[in-house]
Amino acid sequence: MNSETKLILTTDGIPLEISLKKAERRNKIKAFLLVAPLLLFIIITYVFPIGNMLLRSVDDKMVTEMLPKTFKSMEKWDGQALPSEEVFESFYLDFRKLVDEKREGKLSTQLNYTKNGFKSIIKKLRRKSKSFEEGNYKEQIMAVHKRWADVEYWKAIKRRAPAYTTQKYLKGMDMFQNEEGKIVSVGEDRRIHRVLWLRTLEIAFFVTLFCFLMAYPIAHLLATLPMKYSNLLMICVLLPFWTSLLVRTASWMILLQQQGVVNDFFVWTGLVSDDNRPEMMYNKTGSYVAMTQILLPFMVLPLYSVMKTISPSLMRAGKSLGGTPFIAFWKVYFPLTIPGIGAGCLLVFILAIGYYITPALVGGASGTLISNQIAFHMKSTLDWSFASAMGLMLLSGVLAIYWIYNKIVGIDNIKLG
Amino acid sequence: MALPKYTEPHYRIWHYIYLIICGAVFFFLIAPLFVIFPLSFNAEEFLSFSDGMKRLDPDAFSLRWYKDMVYGTKNPWGLATKNSFIIAVFATIGSVILGTVAALGLSSRHMPYKGFIMAVLISPMIVPLIISGVAIFFFMAKAGLAATHLGIILAHIILGTPFVVITVTATLSGFDHSVTRAAASLGSNPVNTFMKITLPLILPGVISGGLFAFVTSFDEVVVVLFLAGLENTTIPIQMWTGLREQLSPTILAVATCLIILSTLILVTAELLRRRSERLRGINR
Repeated sequence: MNSETKLILTTDGIPLEISLKKAERRNKIKAFLLVAPLLLFIIITYVFPIGNMLLRSVDDKMVTEMLPKTFKSMEKWDGQALPSEEVFESFYLDFRKLVDEKREGKLSTQLNYTKNGFKSIIKKLRRKSKSFEEGNYKEQIMAVHKRWADVEYWKAIKRRAPAYTTQKYLKGMDMFQNEEGKIVSVGEDRRIHRVLWLRTLEIAFFVTLFCFLMAYPIAHLLATLPMKYSNLLMICVLLPFWTSLLVRTASWMILLQQQGVVNDFFVWTGLVSDDNRPEMMYNKTGSYVAMTQILLPFMVLPLYSVMKTISPSLMRAGKSLGGTPFIAFWKVYFPLTIPGIGAGCLLVFILAIGYYITPALVGGASGTLISNQIAFHMKSTLDWSFASAMGLMLLSGVLAIYWIYNKIVGIDNIKLG
Repeated sequence: MALPKYTEPHYRIWHYIYLIICGAVFFFLIAPLFVIFPLSFNAEEFLSFSDGMKRLDPDAFSLRWYKDMVYGTKNPWGLATKNSFIIAVFATIGSVILGTVAALGLSSRHMPYKGFIMAVLISPMIVPLIISGVAIFFFMAKAGLAATHLGIILAHIILGTPFVVITVTATLSGFDHSVTRAAASLGSNPVNTFMKITLPLILPGVISGGLFAFVTSFDEVVVVLFLAGLENTTIPIQMWTGLREQLSPTILAVATCLIILSTLILVTAELLRRRSERLRGINR
């Protein structure tokens, strides 16, 4: 028997193997074509813009494009003594062009970021440069102001030569590149971003912990009660879940304000005196309380769906084998709920770490998170590249958490409701 | 158990403590919503219970803020409601169509790179909203769609599709593919098979995904804050500005209406979930 006769042919004479492969490929293409519209849509409107944020966050082309000749001639400069006549000449030419286009103001703002003191000397140079004579630009520029003869200012210009910078990321961690090019931290009293990062982690961690401690007993109750009672109680979990976030935040603002219901209750019970009502809103307490209540359903639902699958006979078996209820719970029941705990904690932690609305409304100055800072730079200072840099730092943190979670528990173990 | 007489009362006390804890947590979850109802009928301009309300004096209650919500001259609630519904309805339609079609492809066993593509498709749900907001804003600004209804609708389609993809793929996982093959062998073309066989069977999943998409769009405020101009204001934006600036009880009247709406959505979603569980139970 040779191999020719072993080939099975389809009715139209093509070997079955090839025909099957062809059909398989057609099915693959068919499946892919179904996914393609959404995939393309998400990639164009969502994935690319996130990549664009990356470009924007490291982009520093503005000065590079404003002073092309200067940076080209600076390549030969050793960066120690004052630059040569050639550098001064090309700087003058670039500068004249900027003045003609009325863009020298932007240059002075940008250079002032790098080193203070550029604003006034650029203004002065603009005025004086109109009457410059041809040749010997070095002498003429240096005569405008003594800072133009200071090598530190030329070094500052040279630092803006690269089209890309990590400066925004350093700023997000309260660090900067000093004049020698070393990366150092800003002064103790100006480390606002580090405080925010730590506070974000702290609030996210404790909100997750509180949610877990509160969700575990009620998820257990919901999973073990007979259907007709548990369905009723489930509404208590699902109604807040489906209610608008702003409505829930509004109700906490009413409850926690100084003349609010919670404070009234405290005064009524005599815990605090009427003229000494505690501030429970516009600080961290507000963020903790409101975020815990708002995120609690996200912990209850995964826990419930896992607990629902655990057979009650397992606990009975544990007890019948001599365990006390506590040991039976700890050795039998608890380990079985770990996938639910993992999913719930991951969900709540990640939602909490990126929370914006609730902290902005009830958090005050001491209860706001990193998201609020991002929004502040997007809407108020318009420093979009800094907002992008911080956003991407937050995003990489979130992705790292997913990665760790995937390593430990496995992302497939997540159960959503 | 070795010592039932000794452990029993001890266990019973534990059980009561456990029930009390559960009761407290349920109270914590649900009570904040109910504080809004009575306060929205406040006759005075404060967001706290007046003395009259505590005495249940009928004069302390009024429909003043509901009237203000509907007829108030300076109030933007009419425009906001109209915008919210237009945006949410179109975003839901878009999400449902794109999401359902993609879910059909994803649950085919021939789909290549399934895990990776799924991760890309549900990424808008995973990435913190503030980052999505920034990214989508950059795209819409470049495309000239900032401060337009279309831009906001597209943004909400991005945020809504993951829910549709997840619910529909979940429904399809219990789907018996032999029925579509049976339809095909009886001469039905794929579109006809989908409309007559597949869609009716996965409809509960599609509708509950659509409900999620609707609520996501209807509640969404972070992305809209970046995208919306004055003309595109929505209910969440108005609530946000109201809560930050002029805290008036009209907001509570709106909030009460929203709670009623979410109750309706909850009931629908629950009925659908039970129906789909029942259907899947029969399939198994």
